[in-house]
Amino acid sequence: MSGERAADIIVIGAGIVGAACAHELARRGLDVLVLDARCGGATAVGMGHLLVLDDNPAELALSDHSLRRWREWGPRMPEGCAYRNNGTLWLAANAEELAAAEAKHANLAEQNVAGELIGAERLRALEPALREGLHGALRLSGDGIVYAPNVARWLLGAFPERIRERQARVVEIDGNRMRLDDGTWLSAHAVVLANGIQVTELCPELPIVPKKGHLLVTDRYPGRVNHTLVELGYVTSAHNSAGPSVACNIQPRPTGQLLIGSSRQFGSTDPQVEGWMLARMLRRAVEFMPSLARLNGIRSWTGFRAASPDGLPLVGEHPQRPGLWLAVGHEGLGVTTAPATAELLAAQLFDEAPPLPLHPYSPQRFLGDAACPT
Amino acid sequence: MPDLTLDGRPLRVTPGTSVAAALALGGDGTSRTSVGGQRRAPLCGMGVCQECRVTIDGDLRLACQTLCRDGMRVETRP
Repeated sequence: MSGERAADIIVIGAGIVGAACAHELARRGLDVLVLDARCGGATAVGMGHLLVLDDNPAELALSDHSLRRWREWGPRMPEGCAYRNNGTLWLAANAEELAAAEAKHANLAEQNVAGELIGAERLRALEPALREGLHGALRLSGDGIVYAPNVARWLLGAFPERIRERQARVVEIDGNRMRLDDGTWLSAHAVVLANGIQVTELCPELPIVPKKGHLLVTDRYPGRVNHTLVELGYVTSAHNSAGPSVACNIQPRPTGQLLIGSSRQFGSTDPQVEGWMLARMLRRAVEFMPSLARLNGIRSWTGFRAASPDGLPLVGEHPQRPGLWLAVGHEGLGVTTAPATAELLAAQLFDEAPPLPLHPYSPQRFLGDAACPT
Repeated sequence: MPDLTLDGRPLRVTPGTSVAAALALGGDGTSRTSVGGQRRAPLCGMGVCQECRVTIDGDLRLACQTLCRDGMRVETRP
């Protein structure tokens, strides 16, 4: 029953977070087995927006550290990964949001993240498709985009002699051992759970809940939009309510397609596209880019963000399940923060000094300390 | 009888003809070029598969969901 010793590390979940963890551990010389149930997660349905977010210092530290890694990886990634360092424009629709842009600029500057305040006239020159009357924007030139499923494949393929992949559904976890749905038990020195919202099937004690989002992609319209365009309402109001919310998020893909978001809904696990929500989201985007209304949308879909109560991921060993490590709860920022997550996890597994303070991401903040030995 | 142009060539069709049918009548049936450079053609005929995207009078539209009109300019390339 102790199970076959399958590898040094078993990672459950081959999405961007699991792939980044496997890559980082293999880079340090470990043999890694990656299991994935192929039931789909957030990596394949998200926007692939690489962005610095600064809602709190820990989020800023994690995203900024990751963005540095993305800018190193970017030029080395194959074209299919669709990396572009196209930058984000945080759009201010009114005086209050312009003040928020200035505050954000100052906050980021304190952490040496370069931003640039853009006036209304210059904004129109940079992005002529935006409506008239916007007050300005904050430009973050370090941000970018990727096609995350291909990045995950690239990361997993980087060490073919040390990373093996296998399609398998894990049905039970016991520390560093697990049972597959065919009854087989596997074990490893450590097990890393990186399976997003499905994590609660194996660890029901984790406070991870799904937040549903809709996206739509248009046909190809090259050259209409350059930066990823996000309204500052995204942080100042739209997504801060408990009910369903939308915010303008328009991202130019390398194919010339425009990816349109974003929406947030709580308490739903139904993947169905909901017409009223999609309409509300698109109306919001059209308010910022009127010509969008004439473009041809070719697909819409939904996905679920794995959200923790404080919006930060859980990265570290499970305090009550020795041998089981967590890399989950990244909400909408998992693609961006996968590199730093992997480095924080590896530093803990190797008992090294971490690149960032660990405590904001510690699973203990929700699970308490280790159980007393009996 | 609507008279249209398909990639610059004149084409006359019977009233009620869809643009997707016009592609087959007046050309090789293809509608567009994929990101990978392949030619594509209408498949589902009911507005779902998105394979029949063509430019109609300057806007990208679905050929299978659009009826031919007199003076219409339909472009399938690049």
